Amino acid sequence: MENNETIMTRIRQSLQRHPNGQASQEVALPAPQLPMVQTLDLDIAPNDPLTAYLVSVAGVVEVERLNLDSPALKQLKQNEVKLIVPLVSQGELIGLLNLGSRRSEQDYSTDDHRLLNTLATQAAPALRVAQLVQQQQVEARQRERIEHELRVARVIQETLLPKEVPSPPGWRMAAYWGPARVVSGDFYDFIVFPDGKLGIVEADVTDKGVPAALVMATSRTILRTVAEQYVLPGQVLEQANNLLCPTMPPNMFVTCLYALLDPASGLLRYANAGHTIPYQRTPGGMLELRARGMPLGLMPEMVYEEKETTLALGDNVVIYSDGMVEAHNPQGEMLGFPRLREMLNIPGCGDELVQCLLADLKDFTGPGWEQEDDVTFVTLERLLPSTIPYSLDVGEAREEGWETIAEFSVPSQLGNETHAMEQVAASVQSLGLSEVRMKRLKTAVAEATMNAMEHGNHYQADKPVLIVVDVSTSQLKVEITDYGGGNELPEPETPDLEAKLDGLQSPRGWGLFLIKNLVDEMRVHTDAVHHTLEIFFNLKGDQP
Amino acid sequence: MNQPFHASVRHQPDWATIDLHGEINVAADQQLQAAYTEAESQSPSTIVLNFSEVSYINSTGIALIVGLMARARKAHRRLAVYGLSDYYVEIFQITRLSDFMQIYSDEASAVSQ
Repeated sequence: MENNETIMTRIRQSLQRHPNGQASQEVALPAPQLPMVQTLDLDIAPNDPLTAYLVSVAGVVEVERLNLDSPALKQLKQNEVKLIVPLVSQGELIGLLNLGSRRSEQDYSTDDHRLLNTLATQAAPALRVAQLVQQQQVEARQRERIEHELRVARVIQETLLPKEVPSPPGWRMAAYWGPARVVSGDFYDFIVFPDGKLGIVEADVTDKGVPAALVMATSRTILRTVAEQYVLPGQVLEQANNLLCPTMPPNMFVTCLYALLDPASGLLRYANAGHTIPYQRTPGGMLELRARGMPLGLMPEMVYEEKETTLALGDNVVIYSDGMVEAHNPQGEMLGFPRLREMLNIPGCGDELVQCLLADLKDFTGPGWEQEDDVTFVTLERLLPSTIPYSLDVGEAREEGWETIAEFSVPSQLGNETHAMEQVAASVQSLGLSEVRMKRLKTAVAEATMNAMEHGNHYQADKPVLIVVDVSTSQLKVEITDYGGGNELPEPETPDLEAKLDGLQSPRGWGLFLIKNLVDEMRVHTDAVHHTLEIFFNLKGDQP
Repeated sequence: MNQPFHASVRHQPDWATIDLHGEINVAADQQLQAAYTEAESQSPSTIVLNFSEVSYINSTGIALIVGLMARARKAHRRLAVYGLSDYYVEIFQITRLSDFMQIYSDEASAVSQ
């Protein structure tokens, strides 16, 4: 074909097939290796009569013969386009092939028309395929961006969960957070109060995914703020509800359990805003910890019933979201509360219990289960003395440069101070303490253990005395910890022997005074729960 | 390992000696008081505590000894001790018990004053 001048026109056509108003699609035919190829940016408005005309005609259109009130047509004429070849695919105009005058200035022949028509028939589907590929690439990029944003959202959401589960002495706690999608509407939180009490939150925002995650972030902040201000669980939920109501999106709400645990006594006070009912495992069976209350964010000025329970030694409490109970097996049966109660009735606690529950859930749902809803647990167990690990965290990280050479506990029973003393003595055998310093160490350990059993633990069977022996290059340190925290102890005073001899004072009260005078250094730490006595012996230049 | 406490009293014309054995802790209370009462029974001017066979004294044991010292002080009776190991001499010095009760190396010097 001897085209004097061929104008390949790039057209922009608003694709009405995208009701979401996506930007107009730009398509271009690959520029053929022809001379004098120009491109013409042509916008054809969707309501331009030219569009309807071009879809309706089949084949080449001579521009000069057209008489339409069309801005696009006007533009084509201004650019001296002689022929337009509509590229129509599945009844939709997807492109135009525009031709200017022939270089020979002769009119286009019938053969030319035929050739162009054939070209249009073949080019249209090819162009359509190219458009679809491009569209998919754009959509893939958008999906990738959304997925990336979701992954970031997940990381952000994880930072809103507690970094670690608290471990008050004598307790083992665990938590599990398993979103059904990338992000979750479930969350849990622990709030440690200065007096040693522990606030425990578990909440479930309606729905899942991004909307739930957004509401989760607000709810978590509000609950935490309110819990720090109002201590009692009923009040905490009441205030949180009043704050959440005005901002809660329609058809959304938050179920929430808030509990306040006193680790020292095992007392657990709780209130429940429509969350699933926690279970307390006791030797006498499972107790349901029921308390009435509406979910948060539905109606302001709600009142939340507050109840309490005490966890005896060996009892545990499991707080869980409905994702577990409402899981279905391949037969369409729901897991349900009776099955959950059975699952909970096992001796394990902490992470082991959580792992058991997840394994039971997997057994029930079968392989290939697509998790229906977020699954969250918080478990608390008050340990029996026999299960209390020796290395209880007493709230202070091991200082650098100290190596622990012995760690043990003794039950608070009269006479056990001798065991503590002998065990410490045995652990420091290799340190080469002189005989007299060894005797001082033994007396100091025995006296400290006796004080811990008597004054700290009141000889209660479930409260052991914890003893840690550390060495550094220059010092030996023995830490003796009891549960007598909460009160700052007075400095040891020198006993008034004359007053004692005159019967004006009890003859007792020598323990701490003796320790202070037998060791190189003595320190006392008290927190809300523990009381720790640290005694130090210098190892370098060991003198009698 | 634990050596149960027991005490016996030897009466002399001018003094009484209480021979102490084993560990002096809370468990020694009753026997120690009884032995002291027994030692007092013949109104000696001096009561001597013999620690030669004592293996262990804790702060409660110190308190019991302070109790005996208070009893002696009230009755204007002299209390003397002997047989303490060097370590317990140090303990008696730290607690200042040695300021109110003479410590001797043997019974003869304890009663020769």
